[in-house]
Amino acid sequence: MSVTVLTAEERISHATQLQLTWWRFRKHKVALVSGVIILLFYLVVVLADFLATSDPHATDARRSFIPPQAIHLFDDGKFRPHVYGLKGIRDPRTFRLRYAPDPERKLPIRFLGRGYDYNLLGLIPTNIHLFSVEDAGPVDGIFLLGTDQLGRDLWSRLIVATRISLSIGLAGVGVSLVLGVLLGGISGLYGGTVDTIIQRLIELLRSVPTIPLWMGLAASLPADWSVLQVYFAITLIISLIGWTDLARVVRGRFMALRTEDFILAAELAGASRGRIIFRHMLPSFFSHIIAATSLALPAMIISETSLSFLGLGLRPPAISWGILLQDAQSVQSLALAPWLLCSAVPVIVAILAFNFLGDGLRDAADPYG
Amino acid sequence: MLAYCLRRLALALVTIWSISVLTFIIIQLPPGDFADAYIAQLSSSGSTVSLDEVASLREMYGLGQPMHVQYFKWLSRMVVGDFGYSMEWRRPVVDVIGDRLWLTLAISVAALIVTWGLALPIGIYSAVRQYSAGDYLFTLVGFIGLAVPNFLLALILMYLGYTMFGLSVGGLFSPEFEQAPWSWAKFLDLLTHMILPTIVLATAGTAYLIRIMRANLLDELRMPYVVTARAKGLPEWRVIMKYPVRVALNPFASSVGYIFPHIVSGSIIISLVLALPTVGPLLLRALVAQDMFLAGTIVLLLGVLTVIGTFVSDLLLMWIDPRIRFQIH
Amino acid sequence: MSGALLSVQDLVVHFHQDEGILRALEGVSFEVHRGRTLGLVGESGCGKSVTARSILRIVDRPGRIVSGRINLDGRRGEPPIDLTALPANSRRMRAIRGGRIGLVFQEPMTSLSVNYTVGNQIAEVVREHQGLSRAAAHARAIELLRDVGIPRPERRVDEYPFQLSGGLRQRVMIAVALAGDPDILIADEPTTALDVTTQAQILNLMRRLQREKNLALILITHDMGVIAEMADEVAVMYLGRIVERGPVDQIFHAPRHPYTRLLLRSIPSVLAEPRTPLATISGSVPHPYQRPSGCPFHPRCPDHIPATCEAAMPAETATADGGCVRCYAAEHT
Repeated sequence: MSVTVLTAEERISHATQLQLTWWRFRKHKVALVSGVIILLFYLVVVLADFLATSDPHATDARRSFIPPQAIHLFDDGKFRPHVYGLKGIRDPRTFRLRYAPDPERKLPIRFLGRGYDYNLLGLIPTNIHLFSVEDAGPVDGIFLLGTDQLGRDLWSRLIVATRISLSIGLAGVGVSLVLGVLLGGISGLYGGTVDTIIQRLIELLRSVPTIPLWMGLAASLPADWSVLQVYFAITLIISLIGWTDLARVVRGRFMALRTEDFILAAELAGASRGRIIFRHMLPSFFSHIIAATSLALPAMIISETSLSFLGLGLRPPAISWGILLQDAQSVQSLALAPWLLCSAVPVIVAILAFNFLGDGLRDAADPYG
Repeated sequence: MLAYCLRRLALALVTIWSISVLTFIIIQLPPGDFADAYIAQLSSSGSTVSLDEVASLREMYGLGQPMHVQYFKWLSRMVVGDFGYSMEWRRPVVDVIGDRLWLTLAISVAALIVTWGLALPIGIYSAVRQYSAGDYLFTLVGFIGLAVPNFLLALILMYLGYTMFGLSVGGLFSPEFEQAPWSWAKFLDLLTHMILPTIVLATAGTAYLIRIMRANLLDELRMPYVVTARAKGLPEWRVIMKYPVRVALNPFASSVGYIFPHIVSGSIIISLVLALPTVGPLLLRALVAQDMFLAGTIVLLLGVLTVIGTFVSDLLLMWIDPRIRFQIH
Repeated sequence: MSGALLSVQDLVVHFHQDEGILRALEGVSFEVHRGRTLGLVGESGCGKSVTARSILRIVDRPGRIVSGRINLDGRRGEPPIDLTALPANSRRMRAIRGGRIGLVFQEPMTSLSVNYTVGNQIAEVVREHQGLSRAAAHARAIELLRDVGIPRPERRVDEYPFQLSGGLRQRVMIAVALAGDPDILIADEPTTALDVTTQAQILNLMRRLQREKNLALILITHDMGVIAEMADEVAVMYLGRIVERGPVDQIFHAPRHPYTRLLLRSIPSVLAEPRTPLATISGSVPHPYQRPSGCPFHPRCPDHIPATCEAAMPAETATADGGCVRCYAAEHT
């Protein structure tokens, strides 16, 4: 029995920091599941057009406000997934045209069928999509989450919006990370006046209500900017605030490490400053940075979504979660098409998953603690 | 102690000053200057402006002069309460903002109080009864509270209110009170309308503070001084309330400084969803219409109010922690 | 022995955790008498502090007293009370905590709260147990501070712990423990965090107070030097059991258990030959989840008897001087 104890202890003492973090992280089941969910999200980001069923930009007045369709897996006891076709009915009271499923017409779902043209991974031109139905009539199609007022398929739009919303979050965190590690590192390594100035700057940024400032900055972006220009500008604006948290983490770690014995030992052994920073200090809080990054992402996503929701962030024809939620802004439109609120689901799931993942990573980042 | 106060005050003033610079930049960002916009505005409505008038306008705002001159002219007018003129509303900015600023403040402060009032007892409960069913429930609710952006929460609650109760929630006053002068009845009406926005605004902050309180209190509960207090024979609730809770209040009080800006920010967005007569919708409209004096004033005033809120929470922190009072850290 | 103020019998304390049951105490028995000092020694993790907390019934969750008795002699001829039978947070138990048994804790830095004045933390005990008014309790706090040898107590009483030195803080801790006028004082590593001269002062203070108030003292330490100086009786603990108990002279001069002998050999001595290495005990205390079978000390024991020691825990054997020992090797010699 004592033999196994020894080997377990040896295993721990020989493991690298990342291995230790991973071992501890594996114990957090919720964080692990969240990690998988986030991987799936980013898979959607990569394969967005492949997963979409119809062109997210194509409008068709005839397809306005079609409710979500149910998928039927079996037909006559055989596995043959299909959706029902649609028929228009007039509401006897409001005389508005509504769509209802027509059980008479079964539209089989085909896999890897052809649809609108796109570039897979941004490189390979193709028109193959994961699933679709053969178009039988002008309003027929597969509308997993229904359509909006302009007849655009919500599922496809949501899939494509995921690409923009998650990548803008990632880009924002990337910029924040550079700023945070740089300024936090300088602050923590050099201390003194530089540290005081950076700390005051962080306090200042944190004590300002950010949304009005963002709104001001975002509103002053020229109206004739292209989608791409606005995208980068918004990324910069949201990362202006996000870096402060990361900088605090990095600074705190540097401060704590400066007095650690193993750093002193490295200094006494004559290691150069650069070697100490990159070989000894950075690896020992690499996992903290990952955790802080994961916790910073939800704030980025919320910021982008909020700004776009207000109409000050990304602008159509760009599609993001915030832009989709703009359609769901009033009770009137929600009463008419409650499925528009579906756009809220990925926002909430993604933010939850990033929070859980970040929490699990943060706990795991202190493997000796 | 005085030094601490002064340092905080100095920081607050510096913050206000930087907000003013940022605001000025925002005002300056759109192409063209105020006079151009004013002329365009007037001529679009059919009236004409004399060259003299334009010249005096340019003189008054220092247009055409170097940026820092313009900034100081603008700032000195702001300090004496002259916030400029709203082009869209054709009225002084002060009149346009009117009560809206105080309503924004009322909602934000109410949300802050609710945040404190909920987070403190729930945080204590969650830490003391760690891993109990209640703790798990609050942790779960807290996570969801953190994950749902508040405009989305407002949207969902509004939709639920509409479909389940047929209520049209929104606004801060019933129609009969909207134009009425202030009275007790109007105040009560305001209070009932404030419940929903307050809850929406308080959710995220409460969830965040519960986590802070719980984590800190859990750390404190393991400290030796808690054992000492138990060994004294004090009742358990006094042991917890007098010692670890008191210590855990420090990070709690200091995070209020960070919560308040978020609440003020949130009030801007949810005001749009819930159609609240706060400065939120006004700001959005001003920004879209590039009515920059109005927009700038709102940003500046919100910033100043927030800084004051943070300053007050710093004073609270000092009152709680004797170490700050005695300058030992 | 009769007339014991506190007698602990076969105390078993377990911590039920996700990883399994942590057997912190596995049948601990000892007695303490008025005016006498029991020294409880052992390496860290052997259950000394859990013993102290079990007596006060403040073992942290998920710790639980599984069996055993803790009998406290009644005051003024009242019948003895079994503390294990009282609910931990009952009024009677709380009256005993601080009122009959005082605890001095190991960390003078962290065992006092920085948020309240010294006087507040002492007076609160006085008010809880003697029901004095605020003003009277304050006056009593000053008196107690004077008792524990703090200079200018009228001023110190309104200071915060972080304004005091380590030695003064430990004196305040003792004043807190004595504020309820207890008969028993449990001192858990009272001098570990202090420098050597302060240590001696604190030990002298405790000896003086013990004499003045006729206190029974339970002194928990891993420092055999402190034991030699203070204790009348010694109980040596290893992994939740008392492996040897006896009068201090017998323990130091004729130790029976191999563990006691090793502990004694690891005391640095000024009489030792210069530059000879200090004796150490090979290996370390096993993790409580992986308690070795039989006598848990056998993997580290120099007198290990193959096949015997692994098989079963040796029984407690009484010795002529009123002590006891748990060891097969000791029985044979």
